[in-house]
Amino acid sequence: MRIEISQLSKRYDTRAVISNLDLNIQSGEFVAVVGASGSGKSTLLRLLVGLEVPTGGSISVDGKYIRGLNANSRMMFQDARLLPWKTVIGNVALGLSRAEIDRGTEVLNRVGLLDRHRDWPSVLSGGQRQRVALARALARNPRLLLLDEPLASLDALTRIEMQALIEKLWIASKFTAVLVTHDCGEAVALADRVLLLENATIAMETKVPLPRPRDRTAREFAQLEGQVLRHILANRQLVPASKTTTTNRVSRADNGNAQEAGKPA
Amino acid sequence: MRIASSWIVPVAIIATWQILSSTGHLSARILPAPSAVVSAAVRLARSGELLVHLQASAERAGLGFAIGGSVGLVLGIASGTSKLFENLTDSSIQMIRNIPHLALLPLIILWLGIDESAKVALVALGVFFPIYINTFYGIRNADPDLIEMARVYGLNGFSLFYQVVFPGALPSIMVGVRYSLGIAWLTLIVAETIAATSGIGYLAMNAREFMQTDVVVLAILMYALLGKLSDTISRIVERKLLVWHPVYQTP
Ligand SMILES: Nc1ncnc2c1ncn2[C@@H]1O[C@H](COP(=O)(O)OP(=O)(O)OP(=O)(O)O)[C@@H](O)[C@H]1O
Ligand SMILES: [Mg+2]
Repeated sequence: MRIEISQLSKRYDTRAVISNLDLNIQSGEFVAVVGASGSGKSTLLRLLVGLEVPTGGSISVDGKYIRGLNANSRMMFQDARLLPWKTVIGNVALGLSRAEIDRGTEVLNRVGLLDRHRDWPSVLSGGQRQRVALARALARNPRLLLLDEPLASLDALTRIEMQALIEKLWIASKFTAVLVTHDCGEAVALADRVLLLENATIAMETKVPLPRPRDRTAREFAQLEGQVLRHILANRQLVPASKTTTTNRVSRADNGNAQEAGKPA
Repeated sequence: MRIASSWIVPVAIIATWQILSSTGHLSARILPAPSAVVSAAVRLARSGELLVHLQASAERAGLGFAIGGSVGLVLGIASGTSKLFENLTDSSIQMIRNIPHLALLPLIILWLGIDESAKVALVALGVFFPIYINTFYGIRNADPDLIEMARVYGLNGFSLFYQVVFPGALPSIMVGVRYSLGIAWLTLIVAETIAATSGIGYLAMNAREFMQTDVVVLAILMYALLGKLSDTISRIVERKLLVWHPVYQTP
């Protein structure tokens, strides 16, 4: 699913959370969005999935303008949001017709939880709940998967496992993915492109040309992760100005991966 | 073990009571011996009288509960899901709620006489409010995050209500059910004592006239038994409906 966002704006009362944001996402691309808390990352995803209505600009999918919820987009939230009164399989099959139930068991198998299909969500661990939520998102074969910090509440090891699982399923199903995260390592591990949301628009983007599956211990990985982190911190003025300029110069001289994108605020 | 130990105190009380009665320390006119109550129970059971009265009371309670409960449930759902309906009805219902329903007994007797419908109506009225209020709050407090998620996953209208909103309100509704069962019995005791020609309350009042303290105590015990029975049934139903609830997950 190819997405074109043009001059997108969202304001609540007088506060502009997103303003004049332009972004193109190719079909099958994996994009990560990082940014400070309150910078509008969730709002961007909610606009994309159709839970919020833009106050300006447009979003088009495969050349068609969209308004409201659509059947090809699915979202994973920070908390699993499983229905406690449905079993694991009941949750995965939410909204599926009887004929599509098999699809539910199939994805549950792919996230490795088929043997728990009759359990209640309350007895699952946090990581298992998110895997059920992932299965639920994939059961409908979405063309666009939006992930709003789905792994933020998991421990480091479970998070890395889940990242590998998401990557595997993404490669297998070829959907377009937009992942919001505050973890630069996660962004670099999964995304083709990392966007920094700042001052209501995209302040910076970094391409991640590393081959998959990515080796977190590789020097290039650490370099890119550091680069993304420095950009976040630079805009927050947490790094001395001299250091920032050096970073920018180095990264440009390096391979031209980091570019200033969008308009300055 | 826990069940056994919970019986120690009641058994001790009854034993003491029996001893006090048998040794003449407790006059039968004030409180008959447990053995006398048992023999009264056997006597009335043999003659079939006990069953007739039990049945009359149980029918009134059941019918009143069914009517008041279903009206409360339907109106609670309507106010919980429709802002318009809430605006139209909720403030009136909240106002009427402040009148103790037993205060309406004379009025209801005037309207409906002392036959069955008066007692059923009073029970229904008493049952209505707890069910209405708990249904309303249960639905109003449905988790907005779950509703949002369900909308993203294609649910809306009836399927959203049936799969997300209503199951979420069930724990609250069950609280209303349990509470209203207590009210149903309480209402019935008052109504049957004042105006009835059958039922446990009538049995007690009739026995009072003939100074049959053993039958009076038996009637009180019958109410206790019926109340306990309905509470047990509602617990079983709750356990079935809320199997998914973390409270019922501990093995
Ligand atoms: N429904 C709303 N009404 C008013 N303001 C809102 C609403 N939703 C979000 N906002 C505001 O929009 C801004 C961006 O919120 P958003 O949730 O998108 O941030 P975020 O980048 O996801 O933050 P975090 O990393 O903490 O999740 C915040 O200042 C928030 O207060
Ligand atoms: Mg957020």
